[in-house]
Amino acid sequence: MSERTEVRFSKAKAFYDTFERKGSGDKVTHYCPGCGHGTIQKLIADCIDELEIQDKTVFLSPVGCSVFSYYYYDTGNIQCSHGRAPAVATGVRRTLPEAVIISYQGDGDLAGIGMTEIVHAANRGENITVIFVNNAIYGMTGGQMAPTTPMGQKTPTSPFGREVLRDGRPMGMAELIASLSAPVYVERCSVATAKDVLKARKVILKSLQNQVDKLGFSFIEILSPCPTNWGMDPVESRVWMQEQLAVLFPLGVYKDVTTHLVAVDPGKFHSPMDDDKLRELLRGASEVPVQRSSPLPHTQLIKVAGFGGQGVLSAGELLATCGMSEGIQVSWLPSYGPEMRGGSANVSVILSEDDIGSPLVDHPNVFIAMNGPSLDAFEDAVAPGGLILVNSAIVTRKVSRTDVRVVYIPATELARQEGLLSAANVVMVTAYLYITKAFSIETLRRCIPLVLRKKAYLNQNLALVEKVLDHCVRTAGSAGSDESDGSAGSENG
Amino acid sequence: MGKRLMKGNEAAVHGALMGGCTHFFGYPITPASEIAQAAAFYFTSAGRVFMQAESEVSVINMLYGAASAGARVMTASSGPGIALMGEGLSYLAGARLPSVVIDMQRAGPGLGNIWPEQSDYNMVIKGGGHGNYSNLVLAPSSAQEMFDFTRKAFTLADQYRMTVFILSDAYIGQMMEPVEISGPVLHGTRKDWAVYGDAASRPNLISSIYMNPPLQRKHNELLQDLYRQLEREQVDYQDIQTEDADLVFIAYGISARICLSTVHALREKGVKVGLMRPKTLFPFPKERIRELAEQGKTLAVVELSSGMMADDVELHVRGRTTVLRYLTMGGETPTVQELIANVERDLMVRSGGLSNV
Repeated sequence: MSERTEVRFSKAKAFYDTFERKGSGDKVTHYCPGCGHGTIQKLIADCIDELEIQDKTVFLSPVGCSVFSYYYYDTGNIQCSHGRAPAVATGVRRTLPEAVIISYQGDGDLAGIGMTEIVHAANRGENITVIFVNNAIYGMTGGQMAPTTPMGQKTPTSPFGREVLRDGRPMGMAELIASLSAPVYVERCSVATAKDVLKARKVILKSLQNQVDKLGFSFIEILSPCPTNWGMDPVESRVWMQEQLAVLFPLGVYKDVTTHLVAVDPGKFHSPMDDDKLRELLRGASEVPVQRSSPLPHTQLIKVAGFGGQGVLSAGELLATCGMSEGIQVSWLPSYGPEMRGGSANVSVILSEDDIGSPLVDHPNVFIAMNGPSLDAFEDAVAPGGLILVNSAIVTRKVSRTDVRVVYIPATELARQEGLLSAANVVMVTAYLYITKAFSIETLRRCIPLVLRKKAYLNQNLALVEKVLDHCVRTAGSAGSDESDGSAGSENG
Repeated sequence: MGKRLMKGNEAAVHGALMGGCTHFFGYPITPASEIAQAAAFYFTSAGRVFMQAESEVSVINMLYGAASAGARVMTASSGPGIALMGEGLSYLAGARLPSVVIDMQRAGPGLGNIWPEQSDYNMVIKGGGHGNYSNLVLAPSSAQEMFDFTRKAFTLADQYRMTVFILSDAYIGQMMEPVEISGPVLHGTRKDWAVYGDAASRPNLISSIYMNPPLQRKHNELLQDLYRQLEREQVDYQDIQTEDADLVFIAYGISARICLSTVHALREKGVKVGLMRPKTLFPFPKERIRELAEQGKTLAVVELSSGMMADDVELHVRGRTTVLRYLTMGGETPTVQELIANVERDLMVRSGGLSNV
């Protein structure tokens, strides 16, 4: 009995010997007379000692009266921005699986500006301990109204009293956190009386033990006096706590599922791959082997456009991959964002022997029109002398330009005949290569497997290439020759 | 080693993994979401940490926590998200925590749109949050540089204990180009200032508070010394055909790519133009700009903003030469033809018209 008393009144090891906040050698804190922080922080220090976790402890100081906690705790210390300690704690948790992390926050910090962070950290079940000190006002800034301020209470920012229509009602954070499924232990206690203080110590100890046992998120709300800002003496303030605060914020256990829990494996997020495996992962399957066939006739400024779902972007990717595989310079720039989900898509591809400057194709010398609206949109932009390839299975009109070369390919129809509903893009790319001889067909055959998402359709796609080549040969004199009157290619699809 | 065809956004994630980044915290925003998506796949597959936070405010504070604990950390976002991170970026700078942040710039102000602008320049180059601080800012202009710059950013962040920004734009992120995944895999080492939750690091404190004004002043002066050191050690830029040029474009990111095409086109027409492309925007290549100005070259700043970088260029030109501003806003980009017309008009005015003024 006497031994316990002795321990209780000695300085906790988890505290520094002297507190340098107010000057060298000082042994008093910066807290006001009668403040609850000193009591609560001593309880925490005692518990750190008892659990022998001083080296492992990372103490997060918030913005508020307890901002200078790092002057007292001889532990790892991190000072956080206002309200964000639970996010900081999350960052630490995901880095140090074995650390004991204490997020110590006031009511303005946690229930006001930091509401988002605390709710989400709780909801993720971060294995941390949150000590929420509720003194019903903003202490450090001068006692202003907090989310926890009782109705009618006068503060510098509610000089006529907290009023429901203007300010809403005080928030019960223990109740709110306990309503989530992930937290394992939520309790509200107080430091109003000696009995309360002893109880609070047990609660804090349990919350830290939970963390050591890797059980999950513990949230301890502690009602705490602020005589200075309440305009009371320390004794009055404790009476007010019992008569008012504890009625508004009832003490007790709000949630405790720790008895039927097992530890969470902290190693789950911490098993980095070795360097060789990482390289293998990043190399992936799509590294493109270079094999040069013939030089590119001239820089190809290609625009492919059509409906979303026609494989417009993939057509561009296939062209760019062919270019890479030939060892030339390539770039690929899509339309993106809401456009992609709205129905129309286009992509700019540049194939060049020289370094590519702008990846934007304003005036394509090759335009592949997969549908009517695309032809309408880009026909005029095509450079004079350029090539327009039209998916004549879908586009019902003819190209009006007379200063460009036009080839009609019933791409969607050819693909359908091969049993492929969305391979019109492969048809158009094949026809483009047949017509321009930009690359060999062998290059195309080599690159299709690199780009194709559904590998099961590889053989059908390769067969489709042959079918398109046949089609081009059969309609030769049209597809294969210079035609500028719009009659080339197959007959209207 | 072979190359892969990939987007700048994906290349950045490859660079991060090769650069030793162990923690990615993200929040979706177009046009940076693809970075978070690629990180979700690759970081998780590689046994590293990817986490989607509840907001950009939380993201930057998770970075703060993980960096405090010694990890190599990163996030990626775009204008509105970066703005939300402002306070946290200031805390990172004040507490001298290394981190890497990618900004794929989109058009603003407000919700704006998702096409490229370079209007986060002031926010990122001048800090982004409160107080006297700067970030080291790298400006890639290709998918390969998205990889290279992100890979080296973590080493720079650790070396200088500061935030390294990759200031890019929607097009550089969306564009696919061949990327070579090169170099050894880098790793961070134990930091003597970090909090590891062990006996050796127990005395360590991560904080940005100096309640004593003389100490806060000293801290600020130390930061300013650091930024001057960066100017001595890290300025990087690329000169393209500037030597005999009468007019030199100054541009970064997608603007630099469009300028490169314009240089080629104008050279074919016999017009002597070049390009000076800053690869670091902070530290800014101010010496190089001063040299170009002193050589009497006309400078033409091409950027997708109201002239934010042009203001910095003029600051270092100090009236020594003409600084033209070819500015585009709203998510549009200038065409090569437009830039050619601008140059032809302005060079003609300068050679023929100015003497009569």
